[in-house]
Amino acid sequence: MNTDIVKLEQVNISFSGKKVVQNVSLNLHSDCITTLIGPNGAGKTTLVKTVLGLVKPNSGSVWRKPGLIVGYVPQKLHIDSTFPLTVKRFLQISRNITARDIAQAVASVAIEGLLDSSIHGLSGGEMQRVLLARALLKNPQLLVLDEPVQGVDINGQIELYQLIADIRKARGCSVFMISHDLHLVMSATDHVICMNQHICCSGHPEKITNDPSYIELFGAASAKTMALYAHHHNHDHDLHGDVLPADGEHQHQECNH
Amino acid sequence: MFYDFLLYALIGGIGVAIVSGPLGAFVVWRRMSYFGDSLAHSALLGVAIGIFLEINLNIAIIVCALLLAVVLVAMQKQHFIATDTLLGIMAHSSLSLGLVTISFIEDARIDLMAFLFGDLLTILPEDLIWIGVGGACVLLLLYYYWPQMISMTINEELAQVEGVNVSNMRLLLMLMIALVIAVAMKIVGVMLITSLLIIPAASARPLSSSPERMALLASALGCTAVVLGLVASYQFDTPAGPSVVVAAMLIFMVIYLRPTLKGRT
Repeated sequence: MNTDIVKLEQVNISFSGKKVVQNVSLNLHSDCITTLIGPNGAGKTTLVKTVLGLVKPNSGSVWRKPGLIVGYVPQKLHIDSTFPLTVKRFLQISRNITARDIAQAVASVAIEGLLDSSIHGLSGGEMQRVLLARALLKNPQLLVLDEPVQGVDINGQIELYQLIADIRKARGCSVFMISHDLHLVMSATDHVICMNQHICCSGHPEKITNDPSYIELFGAASAKTMALYAHHHNHDHDLHGDVLPADGEHQHQECNH
Repeated sequence: MFYDFLLYALIGGIGVAIVSGPLGAFVVWRRMSYFGDSLAHSALLGVAIGIFLEINLNIAIIVCALLLAVVLVAMQKQHFIATDTLLGIMAHSSLSLGLVTISFIEDARIDLMAFLFGDLLTILPEDLIWIGVGGACVLLLLYYYWPQMISMTINEELAQVEGVNVSNMRLLLMLMIALVIAVAMKIVGVMLITSLLIIPAASARPLSSSPERMALLASALGCTAVVLGLVASYQFDTPAGPSVVVAAMLIFMVIYLRPTLKGRT
């Protein structure tokens, strides 16, 4: 059964008089991947930070399920180079974290080889995996990702989205993420929210790509590509572009919206 | 005893250096060196107020530094001026206010140089108790809150999502730095305290692969600088504070120049 874990109602946020988020209401459900898309400056990150409790809305209400454990992968993590830090130490976030916890998180994102590396020398893709491992350490019920594929090449992006989908399946946690490219997250998302200060449209990915307000925001060409892609989503491509046989594993789990 | 004052200065200096190691590391990591300067300058205001109100100078300095730390944290929440501007205003205002207040106290014979640059002759057993108690409090708090403080230093938002009370931790860190600056003032003086925080920590950076190692190494290097500086000060009759800072600077240079020298041979 899907239950609500986060509820936002009529949330308004403005920074020095400028309205950033207007009248946004949304529900996040357990065991469901929700993707937030929208142009630059649409208030996506602000909305994500509201869900996390980092930003307090000017009006409206934010409800989180009591005791909800949240894992957060920020858009960009700059660690000052004066701060000596290995990946292993970065994952040791509190005294309660055991070596076994770290080993589990590390295995689920496949970064075993990086444990003793300095955090300052990681590539974009490696850093995202390390951040994902850290977010998984406390066994979160909700995983929040702000543009998790930023600075990662196209193959790496596909892999990362697949990894997020796999983690959701293995752990049964809910995922709320920002993406700028619906095309790539299509096969790994259950629910899409398209926003530009306010929510323009929301629903199942295929429905969104045909929505007039989505086409207005992203252009007809983009919608067309996605509509085409949508017809193909019952199978999957591997990294070389070969078609993999469709199987039950890659089908969407429907959410009740 | 003839050597008592040197022994007191050594014990006091080593005590301060031990606590300054980890706190100095935070000052370096979080780019707070100007904050340390501002608090140090306010310590002179504490001296003036202490003499004026005829209360214990150590208490006056500590209370003044802690109050200023709280005022700074509160004022950082406004967005009209940047923190460095705010720190500049507070540092120089409190220093000037302290000097003006001292000039009003006619009968008190105050050796201003001792407060500005430190004087090991002025260290009394009572000061050692202040350093010991203050230092022990800071070390205990640091040990207890270490994981949260490290998390906060890596990234404040990530730490907050993970359940760390970031604004409390930030305030606690500033209060601890204020306390150490207040008790360390007699050793190196108002003008040079920040250097005891940042030079050993900066020296420890190239030799460290973990934050814990950097903090401990900073303590060890700080202690070395204190011992070398004070012994030199006694031997050559140089001022205590500057001698310690020169020793710290030499250690820093040796560590940073070492790879270059090695590369040449």
